[in-house]
Formats: sequence, structure tokens, C-alpha cells
Amino acid sequence: MREIHASTITDAVADLCMTANYALGDDVYQALKAGVADEESPVGREVFAQLIENADIAREERVPMCQDTGFAVVFVELGQDVQITGGLLSDAINAGVAKGYTEGYMRKSIVGHPLDRKNTGNNTPAVIHTEIVPGDKLRITVAPKGGGSENMSGVRMLKPSDGVEGVKRFVVETVKAAGSNPCPPIIVGVGIGGTMEKAAYLAKKALLRRVGERNANPPDAALEDELLRLVNDTGIGPAGLGGRITALAVNVETHPCHIASLPVAVNIQCHAARHKEVML
Amino acid sequence: MSDITRLHTPLTNEDVTALRAGDRVLLSGVIYTGRDAAHKRLFELLQKGKPLPVDLRGQVIYYVGPTPAKPGRVIGSAGPTTSGRMDAYAPALIAHGLKGMIGKGLRTQAVRDAMMEHKAVYFGATGGAAALISRCIKKAEVVAYDDLGPEAIHRLEVEDFPLIVVDDAHGADLYSEGVKAYER
Repeated sequence: MREIHASTITDAVADLCMTANYALGDDVYQALKAGVADEESPVGREVFAQLIENADIAREERVPMCQDTGFAVVFVELGQDVQITGGLLSDAINAGVAKGYTEGYMRKSIVGHPLDRKNTGNNTPAVIHTEIVPGDKLRITVAPKGGGSENMSGVRMLKPSDGVEGVKRFVVETVKAAGSNPCPPIIVGVGIGGTMEKAAYLAKKALLRRVGERNANPPDAALEDELLRLVNDTGIGPAGLGGRITALAVNVETHPCHIASLPVAVNIQCHAARHKEVML
Repeated sequence: MSDITRLHTPLTNEDVTALRAGDRVLLSGVIYTGRDAAHKRLFELLQKGKPLPVDLRGQVIYYVGPTPAKPGRVIGSAGPTTSGRMDAYAPALIAHGLKGMIGKGLRTQAVRDAMMEHKAVYFGATGGAAALISRCIKKAEVVAYDDLGPEAIHRLEVEDFPLIVVDDAHGADLYSEGVKAYER
């Protein structure tokens, strides 16, 4: 058993919350740079240029790239030979979120109950997804998720007879209905299969993939390419003002599913596609 | 692309009706922030016929909930939030005399009808360009609903805030027109 102290986790999470919000990943940054060159719409090119300048300011001055510093979604891969000492894993993570969002001058966007809507004041609790994996390491990924793009996401339980065409229709329909709301250019996470909640989880997890990296299964990679073309054919464009580039990537993840089911989830991510990870 | 119009708040009916969807605007002067929770309170006051904590006639509301200011700074990052969540409340504020709204995303027909009837304009700011936009904000103070934290109403003094007219007072909508031009 390898021991990891809760305070180590708290400090790591606090740092990840800040870094994720200040420093856009290089993959997304390069995709924005490519957008300036490739976008046909003059207004769209200007939007790309603004987003690059915005990312530069945020990284250099260590300020949030977006005022919506998000729901702290935390993915944990916990090696089964790790023992956490000095407290509970979830408490350690939430303490890190509170520390990061408070000391990092980030917005506190979480209400304690969805109906009475009182702000918790420190952006906790996080949404934590934990997987037990082999080994004695602990990988933590913090992915702050903005409300504007999350609100435009959806799940649909298709019939198996709807097939791949049904999946494509649902993805395009969801992106079209979202229009300018989720801050395009977007990244589209698509979860296909499993159960309802598994499909939603896969769609979220698909957003962690580097822009440009394809699904390892060739048919799924081909579906990603086709979905990206269909999404870009909507004409929504940067900031929704019309253009060729509506999405920087469409990432598909799949899971085995029931003979009766074809669940599909679409999780939309704005261009401030933030995620940072650490291995402890 | 059209030339850039420089505008100063408060806005008159003439300022508003001269604008067309797609126009570029650099806005200066005082604007007010407001998002979901503040709108709910303002709407309820209007319904009861009570005075608002801020006189919004001729004014512009920016749909934003900024991050806290770092020490020595005027404000934190301050990009637009999705306007559609304010659609239930906006027609009443427009009828009351609000002349402009700044946000991102689609508006309902009810809001656009109110804009045509009472002469108001909806500007788009670039969603997610929050660090860049904050440089246009020269002064910020909370003027109402301090208890709402990031959702409190702030009075902002802005200089050359870059905007694009999305919905004008004549019924045109840049989102639908722009998308149509590139749809395949």
C-alpha cells in the first residue's frame, strides 16, 4: 500500500482549479489559431482572433479566461494499492476546490439546492467521478464546466432501429438547437451505449480528450469525422454569427448496451475547454 | 463589414433606431450588470408597481456575473452570459424604458417584439472573451442586491466596449441571417 495524505490531494486540486481556468490547453489554443486561417467568415475570423488574445491575457496575467469559472467536475483514477490518509477523498477534493476558487479569485457559481438556490459561497461541492484502477498512483483531472454550454446538452434513448442515422440526427439537432448559446466554436462529446447515466458520463469524459486525437476504434473515428462535417455544415460558426467552423472537434465514446436500447448523450463544451490533470 | 459606430449611454430612441443587425458598435459610458436572480427581483418590483433600485430608463443592461477582482484591479473577468435566461423578464424591463441589452445567444420572439414596440436593441459581446472584455471596464461598483454576490447589480463605466448588433429595433436577427449564409 502506498499512502497519499489528504492535504496533498487538497493542494493539487486547488492548483488544478486555478491552472485550468487561467491557461487554455495548447491543443485548443492551436485549434483557435487554425481557425483564424481557415474560417471563411470575416466576423468569424475576428472572433477567433479575440479568443486567442483572450487566452493570452488569461495565461499571462493569471486571470480566468471566462467569468464562468464553472462547476468543478473532478475525475479521479484511484490505484487500488493507494491508501488515503488524514481524511476522506471527497473532503480533500472539496477542500481543494474551495481553496482554489477562493484564493484564485474565481466566481462561485454553485447553489446548495437546485430549487432554493442559495449560493454555497466557495464553489463546492464538486461533481466527483471515481474509478478504481490497477496500481499505486492517483490521477486527478479537474474540468471546470460552464453553465451556458452544459445547459444545451441532452440525452435521448433511441431505438436500436434508429441506428447510426438516428445518432447523427440527434447530435446535429442538439447542436442546431444550441445555436449561439454555448459559445461556439464548441467541442462536442458524444456518449453512445450503456445506460442513460453511462451515456451521459461517456459524453462528459469524451471532452477530456485532446483536440485532434481520434477514437482508437476506426469505425468510431470515421463517425467522429462525419459528425464534425455535419456539425460544421450547420453554418452556426464562431460566436453563432455564421461561419464554417462551429466545432473544433466531435469526440465519440461508446459502451456495450442492452438489446432493447440505444442511449445517446451529447455534452456540449464551449471553446474555453478547460481540463488539467496531475498524477500523484 | 460595416463601419464602427461609437455610442455613449444613455441611449435615445434615435440612437437605437439608427442601428441595424450586423452593425459594429463601440459603447462607452455607464452600463448596469444584471443576470438571473437580479432580473427576477426587478421583474417582481415592476409587477407590484414599485420603484426599481436603479433607474433603467434609457440604460443598457449587461448580462454578466463577473469573477471577483484581483487586488488592484477594477473587476475580474467579465464576459456575457446566455441572454435567453432573462427572456421571461426582459419585455417588462423594455416596456419600462430599458434601451439596450448586452449578452450572447438567441432571444425569444416576445423579447424581439417588445424591442420593436418600445425601441430597444440587443447587442452581442463575444462569449468567453472575458479577460479581454474586462479591459474595457474602467470602474465598477455594486449599486443593488449586494447579497447576490456575482449576481448583484453593478454600475460599470465602460470605454469602447466592442459589440455587434444582433437584434435591432426593426425585427432583424443577425444570428439567423449569418447562419443562413453559411448553412450547407
